[in-house]
This record gives sequence, structure tokens and C-alpha cells, in this order.
Amino acid sequence: MVAVIGSMPPSPVPEQRAPRSPGAIILRRILTSWQGQFGVVVLALIVTLGLLAPWIAPYSPTDIDPDAFSMPPSAAHWFGTDEIGRDVLSRVLHGATVSLQVVVFAIGLALIVGSALGLVSGWLGGRWDALIMRVMDAFLAFPLLVLALSIVAVLGPDLMNAMLAIAITKMPGFARLVRAEVLSLREVDYVVAARAAGASPSRILSRHIWPNVSGNVIVYGSLSASQALITESALSFLGLGVQPPTPSWGYMVATGIQFYQSWWMSFFPGLAIFMTVLALNFLGDAVRDAFDARLGDRND
Amino acid sequence: MLSYLGRKLVQMLPVAFFVTVIVFSLTNLLPGDPTVTILGEQATPEQRAAVRVEYGLDQPAPIRYVTWLARVAQGEFGRSLRTREDVGAMLAARIPVTLQLGALSILIAVAIGVPAGILAARFRGGLIDVAASLVAMSSVAVPYFWMGVLLIMLFSLQLGWLPPSGYVRFLDDPAQNMKLMVMPALTIGTAFAALVMRQTRASMLQVLSMDYVRTARAKGLSEGLVLIRHALRNALIPIITVIGLQVGALLGGAVVTETVFALPGLGRMLVDGIFQRDFPVIQGAILFIVIAVFLVNLLTDMLYRAFDPRVEA
Repeated sequence: MVAVIGSMPPSPVPEQRAPRSPGAIILRRILTSWQGQFGVVVLALIVTLGLLAPWIAPYSPTDIDPDAFSMPPSAAHWFGTDEIGRDVLSRVLHGATVSLQVVVFAIGLALIVGSALGLVSGWLGGRWDALIMRVMDAFLAFPLLVLALSIVAVLGPDLMNAMLAIAITKMPGFARLVRAEVLSLREVDYVVAARAAGASPSRILSRHIWPNVSGNVIVYGSLSASQALITESALSFLGLGVQPPTPSWGYMVATGIQFYQSWWMSFFPGLAIFMTVLALNFLGDAVRDAFDARLGDRND
Repeated sequence: MLSYLGRKLVQMLPVAFFVTVIVFSLTNLLPGDPTVTILGEQATPEQRAAVRVEYGLDQPAPIRYVTWLARVAQGEFGRSLRTREDVGAMLAARIPVTLQLGALSILIAVAIGVPAGILAARFRGGLIDVAASLVAMSSVAVPYFWMGVLLIMLFSLQLGWLPPSGYVRFLDDPAQNMKLMVMPALTIGTAFAALVMRQTRASMLQVLSMDYVRTARAKGLSEGLVLIRHALRNALIPIITVIGLQVGALLGGAVVTETVFALPGLGRMLVDGIFQRDFPVIQGAILFIVIAVFLVNLLTDMLYRAFDPRVEA
């Protein structure tokens, strides 16, 4: 359960070359598993295509072609055009970075705030612990998407707020995980010793406890990434995420459904979401196996 | 059992308190003037002031919270700001739709997931096992709304078997109702089938290694009988638990699915409420969803204890 990356024994590789850092060992394990390779390759491809979109996309994502409304896929428009003559391929390419950006920032924010709450809660115990954890439990009582929806409803629909909403839905998971770890680490000999030696709480938490928790936190974060992307695309689909004219995969599917006979309008952006989620799932599994941690993933 | 239930409920009290605070603050922090929703842009300041008093919007937030909570406790969710319809009545009209959708989805998930899981466990490492886990991995990566699109493409566009969207009450026209419900239920059901399959496989593997299964085989029972009668029976508890614990996810999926297929359910009510800034509607829908999820989880927990005498009550 406890991934002790700080004091991991030297890698069990038979030929012992130069000593590797724990980070390098983990990275190697991720890159040698097929899930890891699939995840890294697909994600790298999507990110590269997304970043290069302004140069490689055949058309502008927002240019309207009055002569090509709802055209099926052809040599000129590989993924067809939408109801107002925009090139679907170009829009899918341009939409790539937006969604991933939301995922990275949302998970990052949830990780920082959630872990901090978990550290405080587990370390202080007592009343503070009870208060923080009951509030986290209250957040967990909401279905993930319902909570995200409600938060965006309050803050107003846009990219930043969608990110914040996803971060809030993911925060309790980190807090619970970190708190549980801190509770078990508090009584460990070296922590007791550090306390007896007069180390300050912030020093104990950052030097003695956090390094032993961070592995599981990273694993949980990577397992949550695909969930965050699904939530983001669902918000965009409902019109509460990325706002037009910025191309977003979820929103493209939503408009496509109204013209379901032009199947390509919603099929290709959906395929892009599917491939990205699949890649994130595999990468998450690879990270978990690399840390050899066993954490349940919340699927709601 | 009852004392356990009592303890569980007492433990939940502080959480329930924060849940109501969250729901209340969410809807009371909504940007925009609620009197605009009620009266439109043209109203005079006097009219707005009158409406504020009528809806209690002139009171400070904590007082509004307490009065709101007291009303909700009596089952009064207020009226829609837009249609003046009673939110309780709206809920009563929409719940059956979502309930039917959920029940059908679970049915599909079990019908696909349990047999697939049994076969995957029985032929562990074989072709069926690998194929099942590949399909499961892909199906959890499919967003609900895209699954909906794929189903519409197949059943409405290609085959022309089913109407793409819409809703008819079961009592008005059972055949048409089922036709319209098949695709939404498949959308959620296939995603859940993956979870059910994984859990079935895992718990079957565990049970199949037990001595009593070996005994059953040794005394010459047919493989089918061993799998169903001896193994599956004992593997069922974790499967039921997984389904029960995922009801929250199911309702989240219903929000998206009902939007795709234009079903007038609870999820659609919530989304419409959000777009129209209709806060009594939002409050009612969210609160109902949270309570439903809580009750189902509690029920699952109790069932788990009732079925498995090894779990201390």
C-alpha cells in the first residue's frame, strides 16, 4: 500500500550499472509496459498534432465555407464539414490542446489543495480532522458530474470554471488518500524520532511524510486524469465548458447530434475523445503498476 | 442490524448537514438577478422588490437557509421561477423516466456483464477472457454522449429500426416507449456492463479456487451447474455491491444520456434548470439525486450484511 519511493531498494535489474534515481526507475517501468507505451505514444501524438494545429490543419477552425454545408468526408475535407461549412478535421485538431489543458490544470489543482487538506487533517487530527473530512464526505455524496454541473452553473460556463469545477470534484479523493497515509505514518518510528528531536511540523510533513505519500498521490492523479477528461467533455457537450467559437470536442459532438444524419460531425470529435481517454487510462494503469500501488479507482 | 443502521445514520448527520449547505449555497450564489428570471427585463424596481419579499429573497442567507431547510424537510421544494410549477410535482413527473432508464440500464449491464464475466473467469487467459477485457477497457473509455451517437448511427441511420430520440410514456404506448428507451439504456448499460464484467470475473476467480467448488466438480456435477449453482451464488454479493455503489455514476450518466435522446427525466430537469437559472428546480433535482444515491448506498450496505453472515452487523 505504501509506496516507499524515498527508500526503494536498488532496482532488481540483474546487471547493476550506475545507481538509478527512483524517478528514473519508475519512468523506465512505465515505458517498458505496453500500456505505458500505448498511452505515451497516443498522448504524444495528440499533443503534437494539437500544438501544430495552426500549421498543419488544412483550414481555419472557424472559417465558414458557404459552398460546403454539411459535406460528407471527401478528399478536400477528410472528416467532412459541419452545418455551417467549417472543416471538421481542422476543428478536431484545434480542439486537442484545450481539453488536455483543462485536465492537467484541474488534476494539478485538486492534487495541491486536496493533499494539503489531507496533510493538515491527518496531522492535526481531532476537531479539524472531523470538520475537513465531513466536508470532503459531503462533496463525495454528489455524483461527480452533478457536482461539476452545479459548480459551473454557479460560476458561469467557461473554460476556467469548468477546470475549477473538475478540480473541486477530484479534491476530496486526494484529501482522503493523503489523510489515511498520514494517519499511519504519524506513528512510524522515524517520525516519532523526528518529533522528539524537535523538528517542526512543517519539516516533518515535508521531509518525512510527504515523500512517502507522494507516490500514491501521483498514482491517484494519473488514474483520475481520464475521468477528468470525460467530465470536461461532458460539460462541454452540455454547453457548460469551453465556449464557442473555441473548438471543443464535447461541444462539437453536441451540435453534431442535432444533425445526426451528418454522422461525421459528431463521430470524429467523439473518436478523438475516446482515443485520448483510452490513452490516459492505459497510462494511468502503467503508472500504478510502476509504483506497484493498489488503489481503487472511482468510476463515477 | 438495526443498531448498525442507527449508528450509520447518526454518522451521516454531519455529512448531511454539509450537503444541504452546499446545495443551498450553490443555488444561492447563482450569478444574475433571480427577479429577472421571474419578471423578465422590463419590470419596475417596485415589482422586483415585491417579488423579493414574496420569495424571501430580502432575508439574509442564514435565515433563508433555515426556512428553506424546514420546507424541504416537509417535502416542499418550492415552485419553478419560470413556469410556476410545483417542483415536487415536477420531480414526481420526471422520476419515473429516469427510474425506467436506470432499471433498464442495470438489466442490460447484468445481462451482458455477468455471463461475460463468468466465461472470462472460467476460461481465464483464453481468447474469451482477453476479448472481454479489451471490450471492457474500451467501453469505459467511451463517453456516454458518443455512445449515444454511435447507437443512433447504427440503429436509426443504418438499420432504420429505432427512432433517434423522443419520449412516450409507457402507459400511453408500451411498444413505442420501449423502442425509444432501448438506445438510452444501451448507452448507460454497456458502460456498466464493463464494470459488472470485471467484478464478476474477479469474484468468480476467487470462488472457483474454493474447496467446495472442487468438491462439486469431484462428485461429478456438470460444469454449468457448478458455475451457476455453486460459484455464482457466492460471487453475487460483490457484484450487487458494485452495482449499488455505482448508482451515483448512473445518475450522472443519465444527465448526459437524457440530453442526447431528449428524455424528460431528472437529469434533463437539472440541466434545463441550470440554463434557465431556475434555482428551486436545481435545488430540488440535486437534492433528490443526492438523497437517492445515499439511500441506495445504504441499502447496498445493508444487503451486503444481510447476505453475508460473516460481516459483523
